Amino acid sequence: MSSTPADTPSGEILNSYRTGPDAQGRFGKFGGRFVAETLMPLILELEKEYEAAKADPAFREELDYYLEHYVGRPSPLYFAERLTEMVRADAPKGKGAKIYFKRDELNHTGAHKINNCIGQILLARRMGKKRIIAETGAGQHGVATATVCARFGLPCVVYMGATDVERQKPNVFRMKLLGAEVKPVTSGAATLKDAMNDALRDWVTNVEDTFYIIGTAAGPHPYPALVRDFQSVIGIEAKAQMKAAEGRLPDVIMACIGGGSNAIGLFHPFLDDRDVEIIGVEAAGHGIDTDKHAASLTGGRAGVLHGNRTYLLQSEDGQILDAHSISAGLDYPGIGPEHSWLHETGRVKYVSATDDEALEAFQTCCAQEGIIPALEPSHALARAIEKAGQMDKDQILLLNMCGRGDKDIFTVADALGRDI
Amino acid sequence: MSSSVSRITARFEKLKEANRAAFIPFIMAGDPDYDTSLALMKQLPAAGADLIELGICFTDPMADGPAIQAAGLRALEAGQTLKKTLQMVREFRKDDNETPIILMGYYNPVYSMGVDTFLAEAKEAGVDGLIVVDLPPEEDEELCIPAGKAGMDFIRLATPTTDDERLPSVVKNTSGFVYYVSVAGITGGATGANKAVSSAVSRLKAASGLPVAVGFGVKTPERAAEIARTADAVVVGSALIEALAGALEKDQNSRDNVTSAVTSLAKSLADAAHSAR
Repeated sequence: MSSTPADTPSGEILNSYRTGPDAQGRFGKFGGRFVAETLMPLILELEKEYEAAKADPAFREELDYYLEHYVGRPSPLYFAERLTEMVRADAPKGKGAKIYFKRDELNHTGAHKINNCIGQILLARRMGKKRIIAETGAGQHGVATATVCARFGLPCVVYMGATDVERQKPNVFRMKLLGAEVKPVTSGAATLKDAMNDALRDWVTNVEDTFYIIGTAAGPHPYPALVRDFQSVIGIEAKAQMKAAEGRLPDVIMACIGGGSNAIGLFHPFLDDRDVEIIGVEAAGHGIDTDKHAASLTGGRAGVLHGNRTYLLQSEDGQILDAHSISAGLDYPGIGPEHSWLHETGRVKYVSATDDEALEAFQTCCAQEGIIPALEPSHALARAIEKAGQMDKDQILLLNMCGRGDKDIFTVADALGRDI
Repeated sequence: MSSSVSRITARFEKLKEANRAAFIPFIMAGDPDYDTSLALMKQLPAAGADLIELGICFTDPMADGPAIQAAGLRALEAGQTLKKTLQMVREFRKDDNETPIILMGYYNPVYSMGVDTFLAEAKEAGVDGLIVVDLPPEEDEELCIPAGKAGMDFIRLATPTTDDERLPSVVKNTSGFVYYVSVAGITGGATGANKAVSSAVSRLKAASGLPVAVGFGVKTPERAAEIARTADAVVVGSALIEALAGALEKDQNSRDNVTSAVTSLAKSLADAAHSAR
């Protein structure tokens, strides 16, 4: 087995937390390439092509062009002043950190997902692939994929659990408008993990001409690394913007975690800044002590699914359990492998927020800031409000506002028992 | 059983002497329930099975088509676990100490049990080989190498995408036989064209020095016979499981119908494979 940083015991201080994955695609013991033989040659080719693209200034230039002019980057850094005041009003004297939002919800298509989709479709074109497939839960990644496929004129098939098709109708229609074919998946619990299974089945059958745009920093190597790299634009920008706004880095950064792509995008550039405390927030659904949550790190254990070893919600027999969250985007029983490693090394602290806590933070954000957040970052916001109240007044907390909540208004209305 | 030659090797040697291809049925352990599945397994050698592939059910069978997905779900709903699957092998071994048993499935249930515990228990139960779909050669240290050390064959899948560059690493740590997936796709789909299959078989035999079994999408006796002319073994899974599902649909309660539907199809496939040369 590999030597770096595979056998790092929990809590050991490493020289750098940013060197993974190793040649086997591992972050410590997590990650890897657990796929059928049919896919192996393609995954190796993708790895090679990605390495070449990274070294190619023309690729970077093209990517930067679309990020600026099509996605709308850089996304603003915003001081959430009224939210900060609200926290200070409830906090002990001298407490209540300044809260900043990294506003990736202002991206084209309304979330961070597009950062990754632009990167992957440029890779697909480089590899000469003629057809794009993707999985989606809430539909945000599906919409982002359908969007870039429309932009570049490639046919797109999106696999989506039949349950999610039903509860995310506006996004289904968006994808169709953008020219994608949405295939409802009825196997299993008919949610995100089942959509991913069917996308993998499609890929294995159409391996010659098809590129699979995975939406989160998970799956077989090199996906966790390349999705992280494409999302790292969030953290790179945030660092520079914080320095410009405050002349220093934040004391705490926070993000929500489903598969964890927005979080790793924010976290990765900060991993070696030891003074920055990093906190990921998982979805606790009805509560971690119930069987209805999606907190893989808090409530799961290591296993192998969808091409990588990572923390999973699973039974004693190694059967994968259904996740639950009010937010379809966090409703996944696994997590990106780099998060599993960061959890075990202790560099990042992972906590959770329930459906109810997220709903309350959602409403607070609407009322205090005039920003309708997606339910996903509302989980992080719930913990951020609490955390800021414990921090000193001269400290800074940065939260990744990774998506906007227009897609969620029906779910929220339903949860609050209101008619629209 | 002799201590030096595995049941799998012994069986292929015997078949070679008779100039016959092997017939390998796949059934899902615990489908539709433990007792029926065990009864069916016990009847397979008499129906012409030379080796048996026994599926380990898993919630997320990414390489399987609808038939085997449904079989896994039926088994899970009936309470099947990896422990019970090993128990089935123990029960089978009480009456049959020669037919090789190969467990086929995905890595997580094995990883969850613990590789060392699993290998010790599988060996003791009488398992001869393992096929784990999501463990390519790049992950050989996980299970393939430990299995070899424990005296169990780790059977590799080779596919149409396995090019000459990869082939040596694909066959390197494998033993028993090589399983050629005749088409890029999932179980129960189309089969590869005849010519392509026979040339792949020769290529794999030359590279591995092992018998080559061909599977994925073999549904009819005619197709089984065609493959048996060049390959050392024919694997049939989805077609047998569809027969099982069909019998269940007709009569939820009769377990005899279920076993006989599978064994009668198995027999016709076995006869075709056995008389192909």
